Amino acid sequence: MATWRPDPSFYPSPRMAAKAPKETLAYVAAFDPDRQRPDAIAVVDVDPASPNYSEIVGQVDMPNVGDELHHFGWNACSSCLCPNAPHPHVERRYLVVPGLRSSRLHIIDTKPDPRKPEIVRVIEPEEVAERANYSRLHTIHCGPEGIYVNALADRDGKAPGGIFLLDHDSFDVLGQWEMDRGPQKLAYDFWWHLGHDTMITSEWGTPDTFENGLVPEVLLGSNYGRRLHFWDLHTRKHLQEIDFGEEHQLVFELRPAHDPTKAYGFVGCVISLKDLSASIWTWYREGNQWAVKKVIEIPAEPADPDLLPPLLKGFQAVPPLVTDIDLSMDDRFLYVSCWGTGDMIQYDVSDPLAPKETGRVRIGGIVARATHPKASNGALNGGPQMVEISRDGKRVYFTNSLYGAIDPQFYPEGLDGWMVKLDVGDNGGISFDENFFVDWPKGHRPHQVRLEGGDCSSDSYCYP
Amino acid sequence: MDFWPWLSLAGLGAFHGANPAMGWLFAVALGLHRQSARTVWLSLLPIALGHAAAIATVLAVMAAFEAVMDLRSLQLVAAAFILAFAGYLAIYGHRHRVRVGMRAGMAGLAAWSFLMATSHGAGLMLVPAVLSLCLADQAGVAGTTDSLSVSLTAIAVHTGAMLTVIAAIALAVFTWVGLAGLRSAWINFDRLWIAALGATGIILLVW
Repeated sequence: MATWRPDPSFYPSPRMAAKAPKETLAYVAAFDPDRQRPDAIAVVDVDPASPNYSEIVGQVDMPNVGDELHHFGWNACSSCLCPNAPHPHVERRYLVVPGLRSSRLHIIDTKPDPRKPEIVRVIEPEEVAERANYSRLHTIHCGPEGIYVNALADRDGKAPGGIFLLDHDSFDVLGQWEMDRGPQKLAYDFWWHLGHDTMITSEWGTPDTFENGLVPEVLLGSNYGRRLHFWDLHTRKHLQEIDFGEEHQLVFELRPAHDPTKAYGFVGCVISLKDLSASIWTWYREGNQWAVKKVIEIPAEPADPDLLPPLLKGFQAVPPLVTDIDLSMDDRFLYVSCWGTGDMIQYDVSDPLAPKETGRVRIGGIVARATHPKASNGALNGGPQMVEISRDGKRVYFTNSLYGAIDPQFYPEGLDGWMVKLDVGDNGGISFDENFFVDWPKGHRPHQVRLEGGDCSSDSYCYP
Repeated sequence: MDFWPWLSLAGLGAFHGANPAMGWLFAVALGLHRQSARTVWLSLLPIALGHAAAIATVLAVMAAFEAVMDLRSLQLVAAAFILAFAGYLAIYGHRHRVRVGMRAGMAGLAAWSFLMATSHGAGLMLVPAVLSLCLADQAGVAGTTDSLSVSLTAIAVHTGAMLTVIAAIALAVFTWVGLAGLRSAWINFDRLWIAALGATGIILLVW
């Protein structure tokens, strides 16, 4: 339903959004890796003044089993205020929640009771296949033409993956987004620079190379994704491809600067075949082209093979495995999840081509098994993974599961879910909130976190 | 000569101009991106031209119909079309491809403004006023003018009012007010426009 005034959670600029009120609830995707019981969106109380702080206070179960909920997003956000495609009177109200394995889309209404969200529509994979020719739905972004959903494969589970559009009122599948995909085949993440009319997409692989876990031959053959693709956001045409080279595998999460006048952003590369290091790359404008530069390299840590899973024994080292990154609203701090070593690292990226480390905590980790003050069990498994930052940049939340079939390759004894929170110092520096630790109920593992009213990876802006 | 049609043309120009979706906000945004007040001013011109072209298109279609049917039939056809259009917008809202982004040049802005004004039915709202002017003209009240010059004057009056309003708002927002007010002050113009289109259709019906 349209409203008379803009949704109060829409902000013209990231500067204004950074002054938004504190979130009191977080929505967290939780999935059953055994595909025996339905996945769910859990509601976590993140209000320190609440008696239920750090507890799951609500949950909505999916109608089927085996969806593998992964990433999700809002139906509408601050980009609705954009001057070229204004839709300011749509409500930020519905969570759009895809199943990565099932290709099913769930529309979940958070308005009647934010603690008891309800499923109001389910879009079956057949409808997505029929109208958009895609499957394996991954990331959601609200944007100028409605809701953008990306898919890792076509309807038959093959390349190319790509993006399709949903109507932000009716949730009807509008069709494939690309007009000319050029050489792009693989898909993983996507986002844009609204101020530069540019879409950026990254690469993982086709479902046969990840749905049963990572395939070592594919990895060592450098056949997983390693490219960035730049597109014209409005003509929907592929403009440029940048290959990171044979050494680099799995180019994942894209975090463009929130300030729409800035033309740079960050992307994480999970692993180097040369030395198992992970890296962060900055893309930026160079003349009339886009260019990339490796700005951070996080080395692997030597380890006793007895402590390593079979996949890593031969390497005698723990790879950092940077699987998620997130950029604060003021484009100052970049948070980097090292799912392998267990580190969450904060960098000051005020100079995007010369980041400086400003904080680091360790929790879980393949070898470290670092604990948390509030954890009852002394040795935690899994590591920092999906990370989300509050709009004011003061609080950082993250969970520890990567993907159902890949978790046991690196954490073979099983992975017990948890969610934690960091407090951020005024000039950087991070520390655990000792009162926030969600010992995730057995049977589900937590994945992406979305914060009430928006967060640092949900909204894009048209005004500086 | 009746003053009211001219006043309503100017009033609708001000109403169209006040709507952030008709261009002043785009001009402000481009000014902020390029850190240039000059960009704001320059952007207003293609926005006004695109709007004028959209109005002119509607009036040209109307003139074509006027040549082949009597006034009452024209009023009824226009009323039916406008009411159907208002109904469509009320049910389906505005859905169109976004073709112009923040890197827009002057031609892109003019095209964008033309498409926005057309798809929101800006020109349709002017039909009663222009028809009454033409009617007065035919009855010889206005003396020497003809339909074409009446229409051109109507476009000029409307666009002049629109340009004045978008310039005033863009200047105020860019220079003093800032964009924070958008969060509460941006009322739902789509609803007001649907109501205005509905009123236009009814005026033509009961004429």
